[in-house]
Amino acid sequence: MSEFVNTSFLAKIKSRAWWQEFFRTLRFALHVIIHPFDGFWDLTRERRGSMAAANFIVFLALFTRILRLQYTSFLFIRVYWARVNVFIEFLTILLPLLIWCVANWSLTTLFEGKGRMKDIYTGTAYALTPYVLIQLPLILLSNVVTIEEGAFYTVLSNISLLWCGLLIVVAMMMIHDYSLGKTLVFMVMSLFGMLVIIFLMLLFFSLISDGIAYIVSLYKELSFRLY
Amino acid sequence: MKKTPQSTKPARLLAALCLCVLLLSVLAPAAQAKVGYEYQYSYTFDYWGDLRYAPDAYRVKKVINSSSLGLEKSMLTPGSLFMHGSRLYIVDNGNHRILQLKAARGSYELERIIDHFMENGEEQRFSSPSDIFVTREGDYFICDTANQRVVKLDSDLNLLLTLTKPTDETFDQSLAFLPTRVVADVTGRAFVLVRNVNKGMVKFENDGVFTGFIGAMPVTYSITDQIWRLLSTRAQREQQASFVPTEFDNIYIDKKGFIYSVTTTFQEYDLLWDNARPIRKLNAIGSDILVKNGEFPPIGELFWGTAGGYSGPSKFSDITVLDNEVYVALDKTRGRMFAYDDQGRNLWAFGGSGNMAGFFRSAASIEHAGYELMVLDSVEGSVTIFEPTEYGRLIYQATEQYQRGEYRASADTWQRVLQLNGNFELAYIGVGRALLREENYKEAMRYFKLANDEVNYSKAFQEQRKIWVEENIGWIFVILAAALALPLLIGRIKKVREELREA
Repeated sequence: MSEFVNTSFLAKIKSRAWWQEFFRTLRFALHVIIHPFDGFWDLTRERRGSMAAANFIVFLALFTRILRLQYTSFLFIRVYWARVNVFIEFLTILLPLLIWCVANWSLTTLFEGKGRMKDIYTGTAYALTPYVLIQLPLILLSNVVTIEEGAFYTVLSNISLLWCGLLIVVAMMMIHDYSLGKTLVFMVMSLFGMLVIIFLMLLFFSLISDGIAYIVSLYKELSFRLY
Repeated sequence: MKKTPQSTKPARLLAALCLCVLLLSVLAPAAQAKVGYEYQYSYTFDYWGDLRYAPDAYRVKKVINSSSLGLEKSMLTPGSLFMHGSRLYIVDNGNHRILQLKAARGSYELERIIDHFMENGEEQRFSSPSDIFVTREGDYFICDTANQRVVKLDSDLNLLLTLTKPTDETFDQSLAFLPTRVVADVTGRAFVLVRNVNKGMVKFENDGVFTGFIGAMPVTYSITDQIWRLLSTRAQREQQASFVPTEFDNIYIDKKGFIYSVTTTFQEYDLLWDNARPIRKLNAIGSDILVKNGEFPPIGELFWGTAGGYSGPSKFSDITVLDNEVYVALDKTRGRMFAYDDQGRNLWAFGGSGNMAGFFRSAASIEHAGYELMVLDSVEGSVTIFEPTEYGRLIYQATEQYQRGEYRASADTWQRVLQLNGNFELAYIGVGRALLREENYKEAMRYFKLANDEVNYSKAFQEQRKIWVEENIGWIFVILAAALALPLLIGRIKKVREELREA
């Protein structure tokens, strides 16, 4: 089975058509961020976007986040390197993104949301494009401005986040075919849903670890008794 | 060369090694004893607020106690120290007397016991005195606490003036007048801390007339406090502790006449946001003008977790200000001293609770003579004298050189400090500032970056950027021109192509 997946994946990335499709869908991200309403509609319904491109954008966002820590001038970001863990940096983007998709899908699917999980993921990932497009050049900019000129940096940095936020709202509207009001209500609900999921996960992990601790202590007790 | 058998070679090495270790262990204590080095647990705080262990800035020079002074009656809960010229005064509260010591042979010897004074030829005794202040002219102000007065005596202990409870209506008449600390300025105006009075210091003119309070901090409500007050009923509001200004615990008047005060009545969470202001520098109208340019406000300890049985924030019992405007606050929670320069940046911290020399059971009061520090332990009944080490002296030297405007010399001194303590960010800034002044921007940037000093780094960077642009102006123009011309050119080519196709 795994061999089959491997060969098919290899065959896929070897084929010229796959790459053409990949670049076409990736280039569509540039269209989406400027024409979000048409863009997000077409993204899922006209098959103008792809999972591969979405994954690539998410990867770029992670990459940008790490580069930003390392190469932004220390005038703007102080990094306490002793406490930086690359995997945790990755998780601070990846985990909320995945939990968001699950929570959003779980709610909207009950309330006439048209989007599938795949659509939600693709839409959210495409909405991250401005973060990459603005933050990457900002790394360069930060190294040529002084602290007095830092306003440029801060303003642009805030714009990139605001833009992403607006795109996510529009993406949700288009993907689920909701009105603006309904979208906002369900986004807030999704945030609560995320909290519930996180809570359940913590509960689950603590129960599991308690269970394991119980078995371990049982084993210890027995081994003390037997020897 | 004679071939040595394999087995003896390691044995010889081992023997040599043993000899080395033996020699070292014999020599090392001797070397330590020579410089009088004792481990003091010294550190500074870095940009992140982490502890950075540092060489000792001070070492114990001498411990004075009742027996070394030859006192018949041992000191009982001494409360305060005062240094005037070469004389050190210890207020021996429990024995109702004040000990006057004189510097002699690197230590202090008993000169006089002040336990009474003459009022119109009659002898008067003190009752639980708690503080003494000696004016420039040599007159004494003594807080005669249990007798509810502050007396001003001349150097022969004749009464000049008595300061008693003001009859003014601004002073709460139901309160007993229990003066605990006194300082006086050059004009003879006295500032008295009175127990249970939270309006600041009580001010008396040089003729003994009460002229009001000074230094009370305006009461500040935070937004959350105000919201709570709005929401609570009248009965609840009366139950709540009323918002009162803080009460000072100790005061010190520096060479320029500014009064430094310390207070221990604050909420822990107010400390880090600098709302508590445990150390204040008061000007003539009583407002706080302490400079705070450090990464953290001067609040002493930054970590309050339990360690070694002590927890909670620093509570300063006393403060002293050196001639170079470095101030040293004494933390009674951990028996530790914290020094800050005139910009409010931490220079060093050391000390702790314990019974060894240099450690305290109850750190009550601190004074200085030149660079030397004296700390009074009220439980132990002893005064510990600290002298600066080479490291401590270098820090002071660099600070003073900078204050005098000798920037180059200051940088050289900071460089020597760095050789002793490579973790000291202030030293990097010190070197960097001199480099900035010498227009060596690249090096300056390196030093500022090491010290996380973004403001100075930005200054150096701006200059360096200017130089870079001036050097590369030609290239910049070429690239700009190319960037402008290229789209035009491409447009033209496309146009020509289209025309060709159409033709």
